[in-house]
Formats: sequence, structure tokens, C-alpha cells
Amino acid sequence: MIDWNPLWLTFKLAFIVTVVLLIVSVPLAYWMNASKSRIKPIIETFVSMPLVLPPTVLGFYLLVAFSPSNFFGHWLEQWFNIRLVFSFAGLVIASVFYSLPFMVHPIQSGFAKLPSSLTDASYVLGKSKTTTLFKVLLPNIRPSLLTGIVLAFAHTVGEFGVVLMIGGNIPDKTRVASIAIFDEVEAMHYSVANAYSMVLFAITFLILLTVYLINGGYLKKLWK
Amino acid sequence: MIDLSIEKLLKAPSGEMNLSVQMNIPKGSFVCIYGKSGAGKTTLFKILSGIMHPDKGKIVVNDQTWLDTQNKINEPPQKRKVGFVFQDYALFPNMTVQENLNYALQKGQPADIVDELMELMELGGLAERKPETLSGGQKQRVALARALVQKPEILLLDEPLSALDHEMRTKLQQYILKVHRQYHLTTLLISHDVSEILRMADVLYHLEDGKIIRQGKPAEVFTRKEISGKLQLTGEVVSVESQDFICIVTVLVGNELVKVVTVRDEQHPLHPGDKVLIASKAFNPVVKRIG
Repeated sequence: MIDWNPLWLTFKLAFIVTVVLLIVSVPLAYWMNASKSRIKPIIETFVSMPLVLPPTVLGFYLLVAFSPSNFFGHWLEQWFNIRLVFSFAGLVIASVFYSLPFMVHPIQSGFAKLPSSLTDASYVLGKSKTTTLFKVLLPNIRPSLLTGIVLAFAHTVGEFGVVLMIGGNIPDKTRVASIAIFDEVEAMHYSVANAYSMVLFAITFLILLTVYLINGGYLKKLWK
Repeated sequence: MIDLSIEKLLKAPSGEMNLSVQMNIPKGSFVCIYGKSGAGKTTLFKILSGIMHPDKGKIVVNDQTWLDTQNKINEPPQKRKVGFVFQDYALFPNMTVQENLNYALQKGQPADIVDELMELMELGGLAERKPETLSGGQKQRVALARALVQKPEILLLDEPLSALDHEMRTKLQQYILKVHRQYHLTTLLISHDVSEILRMADVLYHLEDGKIIRQGKPAEVFTRKEISGKLQLTGEVVSVESQDFICIVTVLVGNELVKVVTVRDEQHPLHPGDKVLIASKAFNPVVKRIG
């Protein structure tokens, strides 16, 4: 019988990261779409960097930053009694950075595709920016939101390098499925590795299939 | 009463253009803005409604200052009482017709006005429909109704009729005139259609390259004063057939085609698309009852 904890941990991590990313990415994408600020290209570059940077590089710098022997890690431990290295909280933060572009980019392009007259019309009707965002803009980019949520979730499930660097391989704390698979292969337990892999394969397949069905309008056709 | 004087440097595809407009519009009038695309008409509307900011200028509407760059006053669009019908209608795709109108209600405003406008615009049967399922004319009526929910003082119509066929246009012109009178609005309409302008407007501003080049009563602006014709029609040239010394010009007047014989003019030839005036002095028109 396989140990289900790494799988449970993986999906817990992916869920929390997705929720955090959604909260962070909507305002960020909104700003990136509307702003004409000079620092915008720099912010856009930082958001996109996890796409090309080796995960180990990101993991390495976060490890250095979170380390209690360095200023930021020391400060966190002194003031908040939080240690981010080799902990679940550290995994969440690292994964948020790592999956950020997968959430921000679909939402940003969703905003960009909406005609600007919708925003203008809402303002002229006396509605604030916040009301316009929640009542007009977000409901009209639902497919983009769904794409962002699913990509961020699936990408977090699939990450390996960052998690290994920042979280290590502590059972029940930071040992997620992708690391468990690597571990079992190293120990020549191929059948266990296969079981984990099958579960991940099946679940990610189902998630992505659902998105394409919904965004392609196939489910709506079935209901009608 | 709209007192407007604005200036803004625009970057148009053909180079830079300085939009510089002064207008003085009495309350309750129906104003048409006429001009080629790229003349600055839509920008003018956006500045008036507060969506865009001019480089400098002043806008005073019914004794309220909406904009005064010298004294750093700039009311946001939310605070200006403007009804705006956009060229693409800008109906919210996620809401039904009813919800689109309800969205426009201001805090604490009673919802009677929505029912009233639904009835006035004959939208009752469409209340639960989403914008994507509506025809152009229906969308236009919804957009017009939505713009009136917050009881604006001025109504801006950005070429809302240009995409509709002739019959629908005529019908919607009636709707627009109806609400203009019923709600005592000051209405500004952007239009390319000469017959539409002659039918609807009290005042016409002809905008070209960001400047007002002519203004006044539409009939006076479009027709040259030196001709004292007894019968005058304005229309658009559809085709020109040249024969030896004469031309047969086909002109679209309203939705009727008129053929006119003219002397060939080598210096000022007519081309399809030209706006023309047909006038006749010594003429005996026959008036016959047809219905």
C-alpha cells in the first residue's frame, strides 16, 4: 500500500497556492493592463521570469533569503517566529513566485481583449473602479480566470526543482508527490513510483480536459 | 447650457493634430457634429464625458464647472451627469437587458425609471435576453435606454445609427427625438448622414482636422446662401455618366434615386460619394396626393 501523504500534500499546496495567486494576480494583471507607468516593463519582466529561469535558480535565491543566518530570514524568525526554509509555508511562498506568470498572463490578456468602451460606459454610468472590476470586467473574462486557475494549479502540482531546493524532502511536511516519485525511483521502488505517477497523470489529464471542455463550450452543448 | 473650450494635441495616424474646439450650446438644443473620421469628434465626446483629459480648457454645464485646467478642477466621469451611447453600444455581455438597465441605477434611486424606459423603448419582450442575441437596432435601443437611466442633463450619441439599415434608422431617429423632448435633454449627435442631420438637428458643427470650420443651422450650413432655390434637395452622388457635353448624375436623396442632367464641368467634376445640393429656380413642381 502506498503512502498517500505526498499526494495529499501536493494537492493541499496547489490549492493554497492557487487561492493566493488569484488574490494577488487579479489586481496585478489589472494594473499591468491599464498602467502606462515607466516601471511596468520591469514588473512584467519579473512576472515572466519564472517561465525561463531554471527553478533551481529561483529556489536557491529564496533559500538564501529565507535562511535564518541571513538578514531577512533572521528578521522573520525574530519578529514573527516564522521559519520559511524546509517548511510548508516556505513551499507556498516559493510556489507562488514560481507559478505567478501562469495566473497573471491569462488574466492580463483577458482584460486586454475587452473593449475599453465597457470600462468607459461603466464609469459614465457613475460606477467606481472597484464596482466596474467586479461587476463588469471580471464576469466577462471568466474563461481567462478559469484558464489561469487551472494552469497555476497544474503547474504547482508539477513543480520539482523549487520545492526540492526550499522544502527539502521531509515526510509529511514538504515531501510532495513529485519528490516522492524521485525518491522511490532512487530506492528502486518502481511500483510505488508508478502508482504516484499514475495518479498525477490521471488527475492532471482530467483537470485540463475539464478546462478545454468548458472553454470550448462543449459542456454547454451537452446541457442544452 | 454647455460652455466648452478645450485644446488637446492628438497623435493621429496622419501625424499630430491639435484639437481646438469652442462651443456654446443652449440648454435643450439638438446639436449635430459632422465631419470626416479622424476629425476629433469621438475625442471631443470623451473629453466632455471625462473619459479623456484635454491639455487645457474649461467645461461648464448648467453653471457647474466640470473641468477647469487653470484652477485644477476635473470632475471624474462618475460625477458628470452624462448619458453616453457608444458607437459599439458597449452593452455589458454578462448581463441581460434588464440587468444592463438596473446596473445604471444610482445609489438609492427608485427603479421606476427602468420600467418607464423599458416601456418607452419597447424593450419589454427583450428583458431577459443577453446582448449577443439582439439585433443592431435592438442593441441601440437598449444602449439609449441605459444611458437615460441616471437622468443625465446631456446625452452624447456617438454615431449610433451608422450600422443600421435605412428603415431602422428612421425609426430610431424617432425614438431619439422622443426622449430628447420628453426628458428635456441637451443632445449631441455625431453623424455623417446629411438627411439625418437636416431632420434632427437645431445646430450643426462641422469639424475638420480638430477645428470647427462651419457652424449654424444645418440647412444654412449645407446649402450655399447665394442660391435662392425654390426647391432644394441634398444628397449623395451615386454615379456619374459622362456624354459629349453633359453628365447624367444619379443622386441618392433620402432613399430615393434622382437622375439629374448637368453640364460637364472640367474644373470641378463630380464623383460618386460627393455630397451635393440639387436646386431648381424656375420650376413647376407637381404635388399629387398619393395616400
